[in-house]
Amino acid sequence: MKDPDAVRTQVLAVLATVAPEMDAATLDPQVNFRDQMDFDSMDFMTFAIGLHKAFGVDIPETDYPKLFSLAGCIAYFAAG
Amino acid sequence: MPSLGAGMEAGILAEWLVQPGAKVKRGDLIAVVETQKGAIDVEVFETGTVTRFLVAPGTEVPVGTPLALIDTGAAAPTPAAPAQVAPAPATQRAQVSPAARRRAEELGVDTAKLAAKLGGEVGIADVERAASKAPAAGIRPGMREAIAAAMAQSKREIPHYYLSVQLDFSAALDRLRVLNAALPVPERIVYGVLLVRAVALTVKRFPDFNGYFRNGQFEPSPRANVGVAISLRQGGLVAPALHDVDSKDLTTLMREFMDLVSRVRSGHMRSSEVAEPTITVSSLGEQGVDAVYPIIYPPQVAIVGFGTVVERPWAKDGQVAARRVLTATLAADHRVSDGHRGALFLDHLRKLLVDPERL
Repeated sequence: MKDPDAVRTQVLAVLATVAPEMDAATLDPQVNFRDQMDFDSMDFMTFAIGLHKAFGVDIPETDYPKLFSLAGCIAYFAAG
Repeated sequence: MPSLGAGMEAGILAEWLVQPGAKVKRGDLIAVVETQKGAIDVEVFETGTVTRFLVAPGTEVPVGTPLALIDTGAAAPTPAAPAQVAPAPATQRAQVSPAARRRAEELGVDTAKLAAKLGGEVGIADVERAASKAPAAGIRPGMREAIAAAMAQSKREIPHYYLSVQLDFSAALDRLRVLNAALPVPERIVYGVLLVRAVALTVKRFPDFNGYFRNGQFEPSPRANVGVAISLRQGGLVAPALHDVDSKDLTTLMREFMDLVSRVRSGHMRSSEVAEPTITVSSLGEQGVDAVYPIIYPPQVAIVGFGTVVERPWAKDGQVAARRVLTATLAADHRVSDGHRGALFLDHLRKLLVDPERL
């Protein structure tokens, strides 16, 4: 179990590289990135690669839906 | 000043990326040009040595204006150069380019802070990125007008016809899932790459959908440069090309596609990508629409739209099963082809997409 706040910071750092215009303060952690930031599949792939590098873990494609929101990402990587 | 899309009459030379005396080869990036589509990195057409700049940063010039003199080693005649042009500043590039500084003033960005933060050079894209973090930057000025002009020209001049086909995309998605399961995260492929490759393979068989209609006649292209419509989060869209898609495997295409999207987002499209699509693909698969009825980008003569992959009851051999179904739509130019050819085109495309081993 990792510290969720540290995970959150790391996820937001990756997110900022994909969507520099994102404002972490107004980001709703429960809402899908696609719905609030117009993430398309290429953005998501870039994001997934960034997470893979940041956390140093393999992420099976079947787990991708768990990473569609900030809250989902935190739960996923904090547990890992 | 290269022509970077239908309707472009002029552009602003924003920044030189090389110095006089630099050796360049065809395809190198030598300048940044500011257009309604955003800042575009310009690739050089010649191989040689840059002898002199003819246009100073910040100057707007018409399409076709020579920007620099390049000594190609051949006994090339030197074009008469306007004498009043200021030489490029010094040997060291300023931390903040003049164009970036101007843009920063427009957008209210503090360039000193930005330079300190980035720890080096500041370009237009950096300034715009910084500005877009401020409240709703909105669509780039002039982009809506540029899109409207190109689409109005298309609707006025191109007699479109539309055909569509529904296809069972399940086998392709299953194959991708198996493929991706064995690949590390950075090498996995999204299905959009299959769509782009299928269109490229189809135009190689049907050249009357691939090329340009210019000066009253159709010029087929020997290359399959597939433009991919990419919507910008600030509003608007661009459709730069993936080059020679027919000759590249899925892994290469995926890498190039991701690289292209990230450069579109950061304002570093290349001139050849903007100027050279021979057909375009528009996929609105992530917005939940069933089908797309796209408008051809002049001077191209065809565009293929893809809707969302949806699970639907699908009858085959007298049995109904749930399958993942995709609708492909072709819009093509009646000055070049007819519905019969279009139907053959779409059928070929469908066959590739339902039988992914062929991709």
